[in-house]
Amino acid sequence: MVPVGACLGLSAVLFGIGLIGFLSRRNIILMLVSVEIMLNAVNVSLAGFSRQLQDQRGQVLALFVIAVAAAEAAVGLGLVLALSRNRPGVNVEDLTQLKW
Amino acid sequence: MPPGITFGDFYNILPELVLTAGSLVVLIADVLLPRRSGGWLAWITLIVIGATLASLVPFRETRVEVANGLIAVDQFALFFKVVFLGAAALTVLMSVRYLEIEGASPGEYYFLILCATLGMMIMAGGIDLITIFIGLETMAVSFYILAGFIKPNQRSNEAAVKYFLLGAFSLGILLYGMSLMYGLSGTTNLRVMAMTFAGQESDPRLILAVMLVAAGVGFKIAAVPFHMWAPDVYEGAPTPITAFLSVGSTAASFAMLLRIFLEGLPSMKPEWRVLFEGLAIVTMTVGNLAALTQSNLKRMLAYSSIAHAGYVLIGVVAGTPRGVAAMLIYVLVYAFMQLGAFIVIVLMRRQDIVGDELKDFSGLHVRHPFAAFAMLMFMLSLGGIPPTAGFMGKFWLFGAAIDAGYVWLAVIGVLNSAISLYYYIRIVVFMYVKKETAGSEPTMSPALGIALAVAVIATIALGVYPRLLFELAEASARTLGAAAITTAIR
Amino acid sequence: MLRLIPVLPFLGFLVNASFGRRISRRAAGAVASAVMLASLVVALVAAGNLVGLPNPGRALVEPAFSWISSGDFSVNATLRLDPLSAVMILVVTGIGSLIHIYSTAYMDKETDSEYARYFSYLNLFAAFMLVLVLGSNFLVMFVGWEGVGLCSYLLVGFWYQKESASDAGKKAFIVNRIGDFGFLLGVLLAYVRFSTLDFQDLARSASALSPETSFGTLSLITLLLFVGAAGKSAQIPLHVWLPDAMEGPTPVSALIHAATMVTAGVYLIGRNAVLFSHAPITLTIVAAIGVATALLAATIGLVQNDIKRVLAYSTVSQLGYMFLAMGVGAYAAGIFHLYTHAFFKALLFLGSGAVIHALGGEQDLRRMGGLRRELPIAYSTFLVGAMAIAGVPGLAGFFSKDEVLFQTYAGGHTLLWIVGLVTSLLTAIYMFRLVFLAFHGARGEEPGAAHHPSHLHDAPPAMALALIVLALGSIVAGYAGLPRALGGSNRFERFLEPSFIVSQETRRAAGLQGDLEEAETATASLEVGLMAVSTLVAAGGIGLAFFFFLRNPRAADDMVNRFAGLHRVLANKYYVDEIYDVTVVQPIRIVSEDGLWRGIDVRAIDGTVNMVGETVVGSSEILRRLQAGSVRVSAASLFLGVVLILGYYLWR
Repeated sequence: MVPVGACLGLSAVLFGIGLIGFLSRRNIILMLVSVEIMLNAVNVSLAGFSRQLQDQRGQVLALFVIAVAAAEAAVGLGLVLALSRNRPGVNVEDLTQLKW
Repeated sequence: MPPGITFGDFYNILPELVLTAGSLVVLIADVLLPRRSGGWLAWITLIVIGATLASLVPFRETRVEVANGLIAVDQFALFFKVVFLGAAALTVLMSVRYLEIEGASPGEYYFLILCATLGMMIMAGGIDLITIFIGLETMAVSFYILAGFIKPNQRSNEAAVKYFLLGAFSLGILLYGMSLMYGLSGTTNLRVMAMTFAGQESDPRLILAVMLVAAGVGFKIAAVPFHMWAPDVYEGAPTPITAFLSVGSTAASFAMLLRIFLEGLPSMKPEWRVLFEGLAIVTMTVGNLAALTQSNLKRMLAYSSIAHAGYVLIGVVAGTPRGVAAMLIYVLVYAFMQLGAFIVIVLMRRQDIVGDELKDFSGLHVRHPFAAFAMLMFMLSLGGIPPTAGFMGKFWLFGAAIDAGYVWLAVIGVLNSAISLYYYIRIVVFMYVKKETAGSEPTMSPALGIALAVAVIATIALGVYPRLLFELAEASARTLGAAAITTAIR
Repeated sequence: MLRLIPVLPFLGFLVNASFGRRISRRAAGAVASAVMLASLVVALVAAGNLVGLPNPGRALVEPAFSWISSGDFSVNATLRLDPLSAVMILVVTGIGSLIHIYSTAYMDKETDSEYARYFSYLNLFAAFMLVLVLGSNFLVMFVGWEGVGLCSYLLVGFWYQKESASDAGKKAFIVNRIGDFGFLLGVLLAYVRFSTLDFQDLARSASALSPETSFGTLSLITLLLFVGAAGKSAQIPLHVWLPDAMEGPTPVSALIHAATMVTAGVYLIGRNAVLFSHAPITLTIVAAIGVATALLAATIGLVQNDIKRVLAYSTVSQLGYMFLAMGVGAYAAGIFHLYTHAFFKALLFLGSGAVIHALGGEQDLRRMGGLRRELPIAYSTFLVGAMAIAGVPGLAGFFSKDEVLFQTYAGGHTLLWIVGLVTSLLTAIYMFRLVFLAFHGARGEEPGAAHHPSHLHDAPPAMALALIVLALGSIVAGYAGLPRALGGSNRFERFLEPSFIVSQETRRAAGLQGDLEEAETATASLEVGLMAVSTLVAAGGIGLAFFFFLRNPRAADDMVNRFAGLHRVLANKYYVDEIYDVTVVQPIRIVSEDGLWRGIDVRAIDGTVNMVGETVVGSSEILRRLQAGSVRVSAASLFLGVVLILGYYLWR
């Protein structure tokens, strides 16, 4: 049986990877992937807690997070598609029409 | 039926069910109705909103927890639901003309507005992390799409992508905090959580969780330093959506904030009080100072709405029933004045002119006296000048702060509203003093006229006769986890 | 009945604002003037009723509706007429009516819709001003306070067509923000301290206290209120906006920037006389600021060449006198001066308006001269006004100014009295300089004078009527307060006294002079003596002006040359504007635009974020390209917020 501490450790590492990835990536798609990693970190910790506490609610929340993450990914890709129809490229640094 | 859930539970979420069904009706009607029938769709949407409002009536006195404490049906939630639905109705009214001019087919636009409203309603009622999360995402995902709804417009695309990326990022942070809260308390129910957390305030893991959640919520209400998305998104999004975002989304996030912090974490009050105190001060000040030099009205209103979030945070710091009542009052009056200002901006949008630059407003009183007068009222109200509603809102917030012993917070608030008057009155001067005009004459459409009239009348009436609102707000505030508030440790 | 007084002008505003473009200009002007006259009649009746009441504590109270009520706290929108507000509403409606009538002729060059717009603003202003003086608590007063400010912006900007002119509005904005901040803070503190905003209740609570000998809450409250008053009433250092406000049409200057709105600050202190009496430190500051303003503005007035600017600085200076009176605790004398000043300053402004109107917009004194033959009505009435303000015995200004100076002297403030006296000398000089330059001598000494039409038209009937009535007022108004020393009974001040009831003990403890009556009987001979001094000073001032500006203009030039440095300082208004620009305006602009907006939002947050980013990402190359509008900067800002907050809690 995996101890809860390991779950939390994994979760923290994953979250850090997602966070750093989001802050350092310029590609919108990769930023989206980083967010997904962060959400999965949340899922891992929720599952770990749920197991430790013998309580189903954490898993329920994790399921919803998975569903929402899917929805977000769909919407996000749609937005990126609309964006790239107007101008090529998925570099987030190009999004500077709105500033100051 | 799953165990623990009864038929009565479904009855208690009747308004949400009505809204869900109604939004599906709108979605189907969009397919069935011939193209170019945006007007019809708008009216159907309004009927759905009206029906939802009507279905709230039986719950005026209700105070129950639904489905083992997933959602609370109480006057606090009710108050917010009325604000959301009212804001949604005004948004729909101002959207008809806007979509026509932008040449966008209404499509799923109205459906998404209803979805966002549904999400807000769930957020206001949610007393469980799961429901709050679902409500939040229902609202947020709808707004991501709506912000980018004008697909050929690059600015709209950009606003949507920015909002989406940052929203998703902040969601990650918020959820991580929530998962820690769950792990430490063993429950997702806020009211149960309040009991488990009593006595372990100094647990650093708990503090970490609270701060992560605060950051996630701070993003939603655009508190500095989590605010940087707001000006860009507000400027780029379609104007009615900007209006709805700045009113509805902010209000719902404040409801969520109050639920989480006052109901779920009352024992942590000394900890988060300091946090929100700092956030309130920085948010007010940065918002107002940044707004001073804006020449684009939507961007100015974005910074101004950041500043207003700062004012409302004062009520959280006070944390008393009176402070919560003041927040409710402020959220309501803010809805009218902010939406009103955006209605005027939509009115200014013509085929030949975008209409959100300050210079577009010069000499407006000659071209459209009613619009100018309405804008005057909204600006005075946003600046907090009596006898408009905005003054009453500020008065109550600052009063609550003083009551709770935060005199100097009120002083900073007053200082900020003195600063803010500068840029609000500048618009008035442009409208009433300057003579040069730009573009074609603004013309009113019936829907815009109704929306504008409602907003003006509410802005004046709530300032002149605020009594009813005060009583309602105080009664509503008292139902917010009454036990939690009274047992809170000062 | 009281509510009719502000409601009538408001109705006029509604009519002109909504139908102004559809009715004829004649009708628009008539409606506006008629509502003011009707309001004046109601005000007279109300004042008559008030006088009919038994003396101590006479007041008419009219609750309009319950405004805010929650638990133990309630504010009612109540109107209250006591002697003080009675004087104010009579001044506002009386002078206001005349100025409305005058404006019907003065604004005749405007288009129909502009004409109606002008009158709608003017009516709205009057309505707010009446709310301001009739309000029985701070909140109602605040409605009027902000309302008149707004109308002032709108009317000052009435003729703005060019971009540069909006600067004047900006200055008024900034100064009034400072003033409002003080005002609101004072109100807030008063509420915190006394749990009420009603003037009567405040006075009652305060009179139970003993005066603050060291700086305490009351001193702070009153000082903050004084900041508000100084903003509205253009006292040092917040006086900079008033001269610029002269860009507006002249009747507006007469009504708003001379007779009514700018006196709101004086009224504010009078209304809270009890509070102020309990804060002697604040009173000292008020008196000092008042007298300093009086002197400073008078010296600047000496060298201005724009006829309206001279009058503007004169107004600032006279307001200084009023604050001086308030500061030495002679509240009734201050209000007396407010009342007479309203007559003669409105007269002077309207007279200058008649000149400007006749000359087709010319405001430069150097291009005037010899107008007395062509504009006899304007000249004779203007002369009356000038004599009144200069303190020629028998005219209104003489009695009120003397009362202020006498009370100052009797209160033992000899230094203040001397400065006040010097100021009155300067007043006589600058005012008669104006008279001599504009109406006497020869025309055409400066280029541009040749453009004057060969035949000038004197004031048209509507304008002449207003001028003559005001001139009569400037002569007789002072007799309402004829001092006992001259055989009068000082009825005006006796009428006002109940509004300023301050107990004897308080007066003594606060170092204010004692009972009015006591002071009068004891020092009747002193008062006559001081009057003689003032008369000599006024005569001397007029004589000096005669010598320098009419008889021997070269002497004036010599003086200018000899004191070139001083002249430059005066002509540049002590460089106050420049000082403001450097110390207040630029820093605010820099802080907000370059600092917070581009700097903090863009540069500082970006910059700090860059650092965090380096440690997180380890790549400086990418981060250098960070700029506003960047999603990554926003995200980093969000993350930085979390880090900062966590850091605070861990470090704590």
